[in-house]
Amino acid sequence: MTSVQKYGLMGFGLVVSLGAPFLAPQFATQLTMLWLMVVFALTWDVLGGQMGYNSFGNILFFGIGAYACAIIQRDLGFDYFVGLAVGLGIAGVFSALVAVVLGVGMLGLRGHYFAIGTLGLGIAAGEIAGGWDYVGAGSGMVPPLYPTGLEGREFFFYFAMFALAVITFAALRALYQTRFGLALNAIRDDEDKAEAMGLHTTQIKSVAWAVAAVFLGVAGGLTGNLLGFIDPRDIAFAGATFGVWMVLMAVLGGKGTLWGPVIGAVVFHVTQELFWTYLLGWQRVALGLLIIAIVVFFPNGILGTLRERFPEWFGERMEERS
Amino acid sequence: MSVLLEVQGVTKTFGGVVANQSVSIEVRAGEIAGLIGPNGSGKTTLFNSIVGAHAIDEGSIKFEGEEISTFRVPVIARKGMLRTFQQTRIYGEMTALENMRISAPEARVSALSLLGGFSSKTDTRGEELLEFVGLASKRFLRAGALSFGQQKLLEFAMALMSEPKLLLLDEPTAGINPTLINGLIDRLKQANKELGVTLLVIEHNMRVIMNLAERITCLAHGEVLASGTPDEVRNDPRVVDAYLGAG
Repeated sequence: MTSVQKYGLMGFGLVVSLGAPFLAPQFATQLTMLWLMVVFALTWDVLGGQMGYNSFGNILFFGIGAYACAIIQRDLGFDYFVGLAVGLGIAGVFSALVAVVLGVGMLGLRGHYFAIGTLGLGIAAGEIAGGWDYVGAGSGMVPPLYPTGLEGREFFFYFAMFALAVITFAALRALYQTRFGLALNAIRDDEDKAEAMGLHTTQIKSVAWAVAAVFLGVAGGLTGNLLGFIDPRDIAFAGATFGVWMVLMAVLGGKGTLWGPVIGAVVFHVTQELFWTYLLGWQRVALGLLIIAIVVFFPNGILGTLRERFPEWFGERMEERS
Repeated sequence: MSVLLEVQGVTKTFGGVVANQSVSIEVRAGEIAGLIGPNGSGKTTLFNSIVGAHAIDEGSIKFEGEEISTFRVPVIARKGMLRTFQQTRIYGEMTALENMRISAPEARVSALSLLGGFSSKTDTRGEELLEFVGLASKRFLRAGALSFGQQKLLEFAMALMSEPKLLLLDEPTAGINPTLINGLIDRLKQANKELGVTLLVIEHNMRVIMNLAERITCLAHGEVLASGTPDEVRNDPRVVDAYLGAG
């Protein structure tokens, strides 16, 4: 693909994304959720794809963000938009801090042990939030109402989530182009070698997790406000849905690639919505079959499979050059 | 010549197995030192002890006069002592040039220092060293797609890229095509002379080590059997016994 084609395609995508809620206002909330899925897949891929650490606990940062933002909005008495902005900022920062603290212990685990260890995180957090009165315990939290009622609300959250997805994408793209991106790949390919070469692997892993956590935290704050209700187990720390989907979307699109998670998120979300619409009652079965099909037929994901077939599209070189 | 690495009375046991028994060796700045011994004589264990891959039971290991026996691998690597692996280790999914880039000394300053981009100086140096080991034409290929021998050369180039003071090589010629071995010996000597890298080399190939090293230490059953110049070691009857199993 030439760069003209590439930017043309990106420009087209941008126009469609900006126009979508006006063209199909009845789907505005679903489209907002689509961008949330993109953020999920992109942030999961930082560790899961680029660094080779399969985390099943990233939902933790999303939930922490949702609660942190709602608490700020509830307790600090700001005007709605000021409260939301401050809340989102604190949600991101606080999630990142939790990632750094947890990282010290968790990121010493490798391979399957890390995956299993993180699996417990989301579940534990859901149980804690569900029993803690300060955050509404089992009956959840209701963030403040959008000031103008329903008017303009969907558009506001659509564009806020879209902006978050674009910023996440741009930030990760920039990050992967630095030496840091190579260090992540080095840890993925051979962590012992990276250590033997003197890389600060523990620091690198913690920073990477914190980067994912920032965007997940902000996404959590936005989602709480979008949905208007934060349930501890079904929304904030929804490991069985959001938590699994973020892994699936990244794997479906092609983990360890920049665009793979984006493509995976779009394909997954659209397919899932179609299942819910046309296969109601069987939607979970269909989703399960889709997951099996992904793993069996596209273990490297959509982009990974394309990359195997057409490596030259991805700038990979097969021939020697002098 | 000053002593760069001083290993004194190092003992390392795994359960009941004594892998190293009071081993002492020293490596002087600027030399090429050799470490030989039959299979299972404790050479790689000694390497692992020196670079901090595991704790030692007894003894002291000093690098540039500083006690390092309690430090871990990355800390020791940042002090300028690197090792290559017997089972070659490179970053397989990255290109040869990317392998070089991430091995540059600035990559190990701190995690945040990695947030910068690549300097053209790093790339130039990486390409020079790939040229030096004969892999320049393969710089954009995926490292995992290179042959075993080429990966070994890449690993050597990566080690040089990070500008170590002392480089520990674990069987650099194992698995390399015999016609390429001479070229590799020349490059090791060149790296030592021109880049000023002190080398400590484990080697099974007697012809290679006798050609390469200025001083050789021979281990057997975890203990130092003999040390001296290549000729002294080669003619030491105990070394001959250890290798041929006589006596």
